[in-house]
Amino acid sequence: MTDWIRPTSLAEAVDARRDHPDYLVLAGGTDVMVGAIDRPAPIGVIDIFGLPELCVCEHDDEGRLRLGAGMSYAHLLGDARVAAAAPALVESAREIGALQIQARGTLGGNLGTCSPVGDTLPVLLALDAEIELRGPDGTRWLPVDDFCTGYRTTALAADELIVSVRLPVDSSSREQVWRKVGTRRAQSISKVMLCASTHRRDDGRLADVRIGLGAIAARPLRARATEAVLEGALPDGPLAARAAQAVLNDIAPIDDVRSRADYRRATTARLIRRWVLHLAQTSTTTNTGS
Amino acid sequence: MSKDHEDAPMTIGGSPDRVDGVPKVTGTALYVDDLEAPGAWHGATLRSDVPRGRFVSLTRAADFDWSDVVVVTADDIAGQNVVALIEDDQPSLVPVGGMICHREEALALVAAPTRAAARAALAHLTVVVDALPAVTTLDAALRADVAVHNDDNVLKRLEIHRNDDDIDEILARCAHVIEGTYETGAQEQMYIEPQGILAEWRGETCRVTGSLQCPYYVHKALVMLLGLPDDQVVVTQAVTGGGFGGKEEYPSMIAGHAALLARAAGRPIKLIYDRAEDIAATTKRHPARVHHRLGLDADGQLVAADIDVLLDGGAYVTLSPVVLSRAILHAAGPYRIPHVRIVGRALATNTPPHGAFRGFGAPQTTFAYERQMQKASRALGIDAFELRRKNLLRSGDSTATGQVLTDSVGSDAVLDTLSAALERAAPPAAARLGSLHSPVRRGRGLAFCFHGSGFTGSGEQRLAGRVTVACLPSGDFEIRSSSTDIGQGMLTIFSQIASQALGVPAARIVLSEPSTERVPDSGPTVASRTCMIVGRLVERACLALAEQLRAHAAANRLDATDLATVAAHRVAHAGPLAETCEHESPPGVEWSDETYTGAAYPVFGWAACLVDVAVDEDTREVVVERCIHAVDVGRAIHRRIVEGQIEGGTLQALGWALWEAVPYDDGRVLNPSMTDCIIPTSADAPELETLLVEMPFAHGPHGAKGVGEIPMDGPAAAVAGAIEDALGVACDVVPLLPEVLDVLLVDQPPQETLA
Repeated sequence: MTDWIRPTSLAEAVDARRDHPDYLVLAGGTDVMVGAIDRPAPIGVIDIFGLPELCVCEHDDEGRLRLGAGMSYAHLLGDARVAAAAPALVESAREIGALQIQARGTLGGNLGTCSPVGDTLPVLLALDAEIELRGPDGTRWLPVDDFCTGYRTTALAADELIVSVRLPVDSSSREQVWRKVGTRRAQSISKVMLCASTHRRDDGRLADVRIGLGAIAARPLRARATEAVLEGALPDGPLAARAAQAVLNDIAPIDDVRSRADYRRATTARLIRRWVLHLAQTSTTTNTGS
Repeated sequence: MSKDHEDAPMTIGGSPDRVDGVPKVTGTALYVDDLEAPGAWHGATLRSDVPRGRFVSLTRAADFDWSDVVVVTADDIAGQNVVALIEDDQPSLVPVGGMICHREEALALVAAPTRAAARAALAHLTVVVDALPAVTTLDAALRADVAVHNDDNVLKRLEIHRNDDDIDEILARCAHVIEGTYETGAQEQMYIEPQGILAEWRGETCRVTGSLQCPYYVHKALVMLLGLPDDQVVVTQAVTGGGFGGKEEYPSMIAGHAALLARAAGRPIKLIYDRAEDIAATTKRHPARVHHRLGLDADGQLVAADIDVLLDGGAYVTLSPVVLSRAILHAAGPYRIPHVRIVGRALATNTPPHGAFRGFGAPQTTFAYERQMQKASRALGIDAFELRRKNLLRSGDSTATGQVLTDSVGSDAVLDTLSAALERAAPPAAARLGSLHSPVRRGRGLAFCFHGSGFTGSGEQRLAGRVTVACLPSGDFEIRSSSTDIGQGMLTIFSQIASQALGVPAARIVLSEPSTERVPDSGPTVASRTCMIVGRLVERACLALAEQLRAHAAANRLDATDLATVAAHRVAHAGPLAETCEHESPPGVEWSDETYTGAAYPVFGWAACLVDVAVDEDTREVVVERCIHAVDVGRAIHRRIVEGQIEGGTLQALGWALWEAVPYDDGRVLNPSMTDCIIPTSADAPELETLLVEMPFAHGPHGAKGVGEIPMDGPAAAVAGAIEDALGVACDVVPLLPEVLDVLLVDQPPQETLA
């Protein structure tokens, strides 16, 4: 029989996690329940879904938006502060599952599962998000890129909980785009995901370019070679072509039942190209307009 | 929904509330897994894991507690070890020493007090198989260097010949010859409710209830398997959550298994498949390859068609001969063609048998001939509508089998209705998702098709379906037919027909449970025949009954305008009264199975479908922006239900065209889940513009003819034509997944459009 613990406070949850590091942490269950038929039942469950302290969304003293790990996608969709700081996060949440899944699935659950097709992860990567982890010895913060370590593996210790996600104070000033390529328009597993963000210098050159990609490797990842091509560059057609070439070195997609590696490669490259062309076009518009 | 007045007879052509609507929406309808069966155990099926081989041995683990488990093998079969259908080649359970012909063959069955225990017990059975070389693709079946059926792997061959003695020379002389090969994949029916059966024995009588389309098919199979007389097998349909053909033949397999387990366990057995098992083991649409040569004169008049049709039938004959029959009977399309040669073959492969699915072979050949017409239209520079109008069958014309069409020919009408609708503004396209938008390329495709209503050839005469309508002591009227409501609205439509014929309100009409102990054999619920053929029997029986009741009223000075009261009086004073009607084919309908000539179908439905697509330049995703479907249904008995049939069938066809891949690896389905076996959601569906055309059929109830299947036939070709129009590459396969288009477009450089 599976043991079931439902903490009523974060402190209780942290204690339960310390006492039962072999229990499954349940934060909505939209991934856990899919595999429930095929996997052996866990010996115990720590159910933190809906824990009030994990559902808080607030700006910290330095103006950074801190999103509770227990926030559901429905929460994200309905929060004006999230829409202001991270419109791409709202867009990604909107395309996850159906309404029922959006009401159950959580930011922390998406992180904890760390699936290569976790839909919010490319966004968190492209926004330089940091993850708050809490264990018996206190709190530590990790950049999301360090948190995701491999195929469904994370840097989370067996006695730690994911508590929140913090966005940099400048996230709202970033130009953000999001694109999910799924098997259909709703309730679909992603075949390619792209979230890209950048600042623009006064001379129109790109700065702090961040590109998060999903479903194109064993884990969601930053396209660092592509970022390097774009950083400090002026977006135009040739740059778009160079970036599209560079991204092929960033990714390692596979053939699976949902898509093919060659399609994922080509599509990722075309989307990168499209983004840079989009930046070129919008910068031209800005220059001629001002 | 328009509401009929409670005391008045139900109207024809309106949209009264569905008879089964409230229980389904409120959750009180009982599906097979909801049925209470005290003491029931649960069954599970041990399947082979090789596509082909000899079953050497089965052993039970010595260290497992078998006391609460029942195991059944082929040795426990009292009758013949076959799943009776057309040919008796498919075993219910492969016996030790027997041949395994696909990966989902049942080798043994277990039952235990819970589903989990039954499934767990399977792991303690050890199977030894001598694997043999297998044939898992059409090409391998054609090569026949491994023969898995006779020496040529041909399950069935059928041909149609119309003035084709020198067809190669005729084609050589044509001003234009369009030639192409068209491949369509398997498709999963994906009914909401997976398959399942509850079986129990009462003495020497076996009773099964389940999710099924054809109670008498199951009855026939059980009688043979169990070695029982007809009256010791009772088959009842439970409320069924969708069929689409998927519950036409496979329930006979599950029912046999459940019955064997129930006998061995001495208690009721529920054998309910989960989604993975259902997708892996049960039937799908036949994958097909059609090679098509179409000859036209300089003006675009069709001269000759030479068509080769291949279907992948899977490991056993099952329904492939009749699917092949419908495939070739539709292969020349709704066109006047003086010279036609059609050769069809269903081939054996070591995959689970493919089977019935809405359209039944016609969608595959329709895809081919309409792609050919689209290519002809482009090659000759003739407008798509004009090319069809130049060649379509009209009243007085004859089909490839020489059937002269006289009644209810809606060919011009559906095209005219469609082109008129094109004048109207398109509905707004769905919003695009995400914030990085790519340019799109747009295109338009047209498909025009026909679909035979009812059984092929002399099928309806042979079957001689019957319906009984009986007066009950309460004054209610009970319709007894073996037609099943599988969501398509049969209960409501039969109620409307009976209510009208008897002049009594809906509340007076009772539909008997479709159970073989209560209803005569009206034939299976397939082939777009339920409303047209069986509904007509309901009408005739009711009219005959009404006549008798009016005579009774006159003799007894009763008010003949209230037949319910008359019926109650009649039963109370003169005993039971019922009328049974048997199918009578319209005069002059002749068909030859030997020459494949004559009237292939009692009548045809007609349809025209236009699709506008937008193809994403970067991701190759296709959005259907507009879909107009004009369908000649004879007469819509229930407007909303008929529109629902067309909308559902259209979306199922769009799914087949764009998303619904069922990939196999060495005979195993690779995506047996709703997560990976993609069917469209409402978000993928365009605002469907459904146009009913009503060209009444003299021998259907109120003029109705079949509607269930025809919406499945045309849309895939329309989609492929639209994508070809958009991209300039030939789209000759379905599904046209982005991955497929990406390969087709590999030589096209990216367009330098800015987003």
